[in-house]
Amino acid sequence: MTSANVAFTLSNVSKTYSNGTIALQDLNLTVKDGEFVSLLGPSGCGKSTVLRLVAGLGQMSTGQLEWGDAFRHKLAFVFQEAALMPWATVEDNVRLPLKLAGMSKPLVKQAIAEALALVDLQGFEKSYPRELSGGMKMRVSIARSLVTHPDMLLMDEPFGALDEMTRSRLNSDLLNLWQQKLWTVVFVTHNIYEAVYLSNRVVVMAARPGRVVADIPIDAPYPREDNFRTSPLFTSYCRQLSDALAEATQSPAELSTEPRSRYDVVNSIA
Amino acid sequence: MTNLLGNLTNSRRSTNPSKSGQAKQPSGVLAKLLSPDVLAPIAVGVLVLLIWEIGVWATGTPPYLLPGPSLVIRTLISEWGTLFPSLMITLQVTIVAFIGAIVSGLAVAILFTQSKWIERSFFPYAVMLQTTPIAAIAPLIILWVRQVVEGDQATFVSLVICAWIVAFFPILSNTTLGLNSADHNLLNLFQLYHANRWQTLRYLRLPSALPYFLGGLRISGGLALIGAVVAEFVAGTGGTRSGIAYQILMASFNLQIPKMFAALLMTTVSGIAIFAILTWLSDFLLRHWHESAIKREN
Repeated sequence: MTSANVAFTLSNVSKTYSNGTIALQDLNLTVKDGEFVSLLGPSGCGKSTVLRLVAGLGQMSTGQLEWGDAFRHKLAFVFQEAALMPWATVEDNVRLPLKLAGMSKPLVKQAIAEALALVDLQGFEKSYPRELSGGMKMRVSIARSLVTHPDMLLMDEPFGALDEMTRSRLNSDLLNLWQQKLWTVVFVTHNIYEAVYLSNRVVVMAARPGRVVADIPIDAPYPREDNFRTSPLFTSYCRQLSDALAEATQSPAELSTEPRSRYDVVNSIA
Repeated sequence: MTNLLGNLTNSRRSTNPSKSGQAKQPSGVLAKLLSPDVLAPIAVGVLVLLIWEIGVWATGTPPYLLPGPSLVIRTLISEWGTLFPSLMITLQVTIVAFIGAIVSGLAVAILFTQSKWIERSFFPYAVMLQTTPIAAIAPLIILWVRQVVEGDQATFVSLVICAWIVAFFPILSNTTLGLNSADHNLLNLFQLYHANRWQTLRYLRLPSALPYFLGGLRISGGLALIGAVVAEFVAGTGGTRSGIAYQILMASFNLQIPKMFAALLMTTVSGIAIFAILTWLSDFLLRHWHESAIKREN
């Protein structure tokens, strides 16, 4: 792997919070340009912390973050909640990053229209966030992150609060966009099925302290149609990941006793 | 996707006509006036006034002890020429002090959120301003102001200062709370897009603080009026620029109790009007997004 197609590398990264919690210990992770990587793990394993460190929100205690040579690293972050400004219309929410960057007006108008078209929200420019459903709010949040033409999307459990149907629809839409735009995506989730459906590669993390326990490439061609979700290949990847998670969620003490059933583990994660 | 969008657009279309339909109905205002929210308190008020009037008449209570409501209204009309100009003076004091409190409260709150150190160092003194009894320090303020300002203006300035002291703190403390209540995800987002201090203040902290600020205004508006009246009581000033408190004071000295009641009524109505205007302003500014101004739809 030459450094040209590396998006970023985290080496020996540790993060300890001021209350003494070790969020991450000795984490190594390389993400390639154009890759769709999911960070999968139980809550408290530091997957969101990784994302925040990459975004530059917060300092790592030790270790370093290196960006690839050819990478512009223009980032966009999508939070767990839509994080919209309730006092602003959809249009004004999407406009925010451009306004902060001081972009000129005619360009702004076009960029907003394009971003809203990408997430299928034309006609809702003048709506206020409270008038929208959870899924639509998330679309606005995604449009806001796309409006700056980023080359990397950092997504922190963006669809975690949505119902299953909305989630799978947004998953397909996200994959379509990813194929059009050739972004690098780092996607945090605790949902195995979502991780397998979306990713090139799933990085499994364990908690206390947060660390990488498995790095599993998902070797299935894109575009992934809905029937991929029911294919044997999909099922076998899900099984592989849930095994990795089962190992990850067992503390050393539990390892000495009888292993928990896979079903329990999946439940505790979902 | 198209299907979903179709549904969404449909539901949107169906909500729009009902909104515009509501606005077009002229009977909406009438229906509002006839609603229990309006009728019930009016009924209570009328009942109390009736009992009062009949009670005064039946027991033969002399007007210098307790005048009936009808006498108060008649006095209000006959004394309008002296009472109304006085009320205007008091309202002038109130409004100048209130505007001063708004400007200074907002400015100091912004200063506080720019540096934790400034807030730590100065906030206790702002609290002191609030806890000092205004009636106790009003004479002192009047005395000091007379050293600096000459003539009639001195009284006006000292009354404004007293009313300002009372009205300042609720605005300061509410606005400070509001400026610190910005959503953490949005603060992160602003940091991510390299927003500077001014942009974060202008586009995030100030709008987040707006509901809190307006809540502070509603408290302070009434307090400014009370502050002005109390200070005037203490000052006890006559002359050409005497306010409504002076009229209340003089009427009670001269046992013109109906006139005193009339002046009291004017003051109370003014206080209610200030509160109503500020409530309307708050609902108007927050109508699109804040829970306080939105009707529940279930």
